[in-house]
Amino acid sequence: MAGQASKGKTLYDKLWDAHLVRQRDDGSALIYIDRHLLHEVTSPQAFEGLKIAGRKPWRLDANLATPDHNVPTTSNERQHGIEGIEDPVSKIQVKTLDENCNYFSITQFNMQDQRQGIVHVVGPEQGATLPGMTVVCGDSHTSTHGAFGALAHGIGTSEVEHVLATQCLVAKKMKNMLVRVDGALGVGVTPKDVILAIIGRIGTAGGTGFAIEFGGDVIRNMTMEGRMTLCNMAIEAGARAGMVAVDQNTIDYVHGRPFAPQGDQWEEAVKVWETLHSDDNAEFDQVVVLNGENIKPQVSWGTSPEMVLPVDANVPSPEDAPDETRKEGYARALEYMGLTAGQKVTDIPVDRVFIGSCTNSRIEDLREAAAVVKGRRVAGSVKEALVVPGSGLVKAQAEAEGLDQIFVAAGLQWREPGCSMCLAMNADKLGQGEHCASTSNRNFEGRQGFGGRTHLVSPAMAAAAAIAGHFVDVRTFDVQESVA
Amino acid sequence: MQAFTVHKGLVAPLDRANVDTDMIIPKQFLKSIKRTGFGVNLFDELRYQDEGYPGQDCSKRPLNPGFVLNQPRYQGVSILLGRQNFGCGSSREHAPWALDDFGFRCVIAPSFADIFYNNCFKNAILPIKLSEEQVDQLFKEVDASEGYQLTIDLEREVVFKPSGEELPFSIDAFRRHCLLNGLDEIGLTLQDADQIRDFEQRYKAGNPWLFASE
Ligand code: SF4
Repeated sequence: MAGQASKGKTLYDKLWDAHLVRQRDDGSALIYIDRHLLHEVTSPQAFEGLKIAGRKPWRLDANLATPDHNVPTTSNERQHGIEGIEDPVSKIQVKTLDENCNYFSITQFNMQDQRQGIVHVVGPEQGATLPGMTVVCGDSHTSTHGAFGALAHGIGTSEVEHVLATQCLVAKKMKNMLVRVDGALGVGVTPKDVILAIIGRIGTAGGTGFAIEFGGDVIRNMTMEGRMTLCNMAIEAGARAGMVAVDQNTIDYVHGRPFAPQGDQWEEAVKVWETLHSDDNAEFDQVVVLNGENIKPQVSWGTSPEMVLPVDANVPSPEDAPDETRKEGYARALEYMGLTAGQKVTDIPVDRVFIGSCTNSRIEDLREAAAVVKGRRVAGSVKEALVVPGSGLVKAQAEAEGLDQIFVAAGLQWREPGCSMCLAMNADKLGQGEHCASTSNRNFEGRQGFGGRTHLVSPAMAAAAAIAGHFVDVRTFDVQESVA
Repeated sequence: MQAFTVHKGLVAPLDRANVDTDMIIPKQFLKSIKRTGFGVNLFDELRYQDEGYPGQDCSKRPLNPGFVLNQPRYQGVSILLGRQNFGCGSSREHAPWALDDFGFRCVIAPSFADIFYNNCFKNAILPIKLSEEQVDQLFKEVDASEGYQLTIDLEREVVFKPSGEELPFSIDAFRRHCLLNGLDEIGLTLQDADQIRDFEQRYKAGNPWLFASE
């Protein structure tokens, strides 16, 4: 076009430029890191490396740690602190985090602290995740924090050490992708269904090499917690980082949180944050558009998050695979999951239910699940249904609202905060061959226990499956008026 | 990271192809919270007659007398001679950690698996590629004379045999620079410390709320 204005910047471009310390000749760059979150599994060797090299953390106040992966979720095992952890290997990992944080003077919310929880729930809850930040953590679901208009992604153990020592990361710039969800969502359709539908559309490698920005009316009208669910699973679409532009929702959510700026600094910060959106004339390398009206509640049937279906569909056959190479994957997944092609999704029985994980363990998720189970009973065929809040503060809030009572009355277990059955590093696991309606983010073989069969769903859908004993369209449930 | 300039040491031959990282350090030891202490479990399944588990006192375990590193003549070894595709399999950085912890500074082989090769440099271990014939000849010489030592000069990129014969090798310039100067990636980034500090000052001025008030 004639008289073209210079190309605008995407949100990702802006975040990248604002943190660029040095561009190197080989295409890599040094990027400044504002927030480094730590947990017990991927940090020990990094701390040890620092000690061996005689280095100190570059900036203490950028780091925040909490144990989450290994912590037990039963109050019995929890009440004696670290010493009470039964699994000796888990105990050592949690203890090591504790010792390292003390040694280096890094702020930690330890196991006994009410602010402890899953690192991706704790960061935003504390206002430790702020708009415009670069946020990293030795954990791939760090993409969650992108919901705040932040550049957030997971890193490896050597990089954890690198960030501790230098406050920087060696990175290469990614490409820009916009995923736009237009229109509005139907009743009973949640952010989890939106992200599962997106992954079903673009595939688990669809976002490889891209930073994804989620936009469109559905996202604009989504709560911050919903946006976190969305960004959490960007990595499941292959994108290390997912993000949403800052708007009034973002600013309201952050306001008043312990780590958030106050007074004059608040005003100053808001001014900067209001610029954190893609320019109108920004160009994306790829654009994907979905219509919110067409998204139904989703259930994953296979062993990859892209093997996902609307709840009213039938399990596919290998012939239905989108391409030749995926046929074999479909066949293997059907066998592993113990499903037959053509079977209705709603005929899949559910042995266990897990409501929790960094994807869906926030207060809105728990309200959503409680509204479904209120006044009902978990089906007799369901062996166990766990509700694991994402943090001690989420737990306290839920208890203040009486949600715990609703769950317990319905026959679900109310647990202490942590990762729990999301990856089964503690005692919460699936047995071989058991089907689980899970609000977590990965349905890989063995993820929730050896031979376990994970079906990814929203909290509402997990709750409905608990009651029915099989998958069921939550929209057919007569959900009680909001419990909150 | 330790610098690598000139190293003279005893050589031990590990005469098998495709030594994988699982063989170098079996998976049960990955639960460790450390990157040191893997030395006693290096080649665990080849080295001991029983099955190892983390945290065990290895000094009481029955050794496999046939395994090269258990033989008296190879005690104090620091250079490992291997065959093709050394270090294949899983990407675990625990493999070079274990070699390093045991006391190895150098592995010589006709070819290496990619990730292992990279991981070596991050951990001050020098992997040297020589031709099949040269490696073959080294196996013969090591076997023939007890106490066989090599001298490795990274600056000049030459392996010196006891006979004085020179075997040239090559390492890419960037990696060589890092090893010679003992720079790991962190060390390298820290060479830009002033630039990071300058950035930080400017950045702090525009975003003071991101920094705790002192
Ligand atoms: S909840 Fe699951 S996905 Fe999230 S950080 Fe914990 S283990 Fe990882």
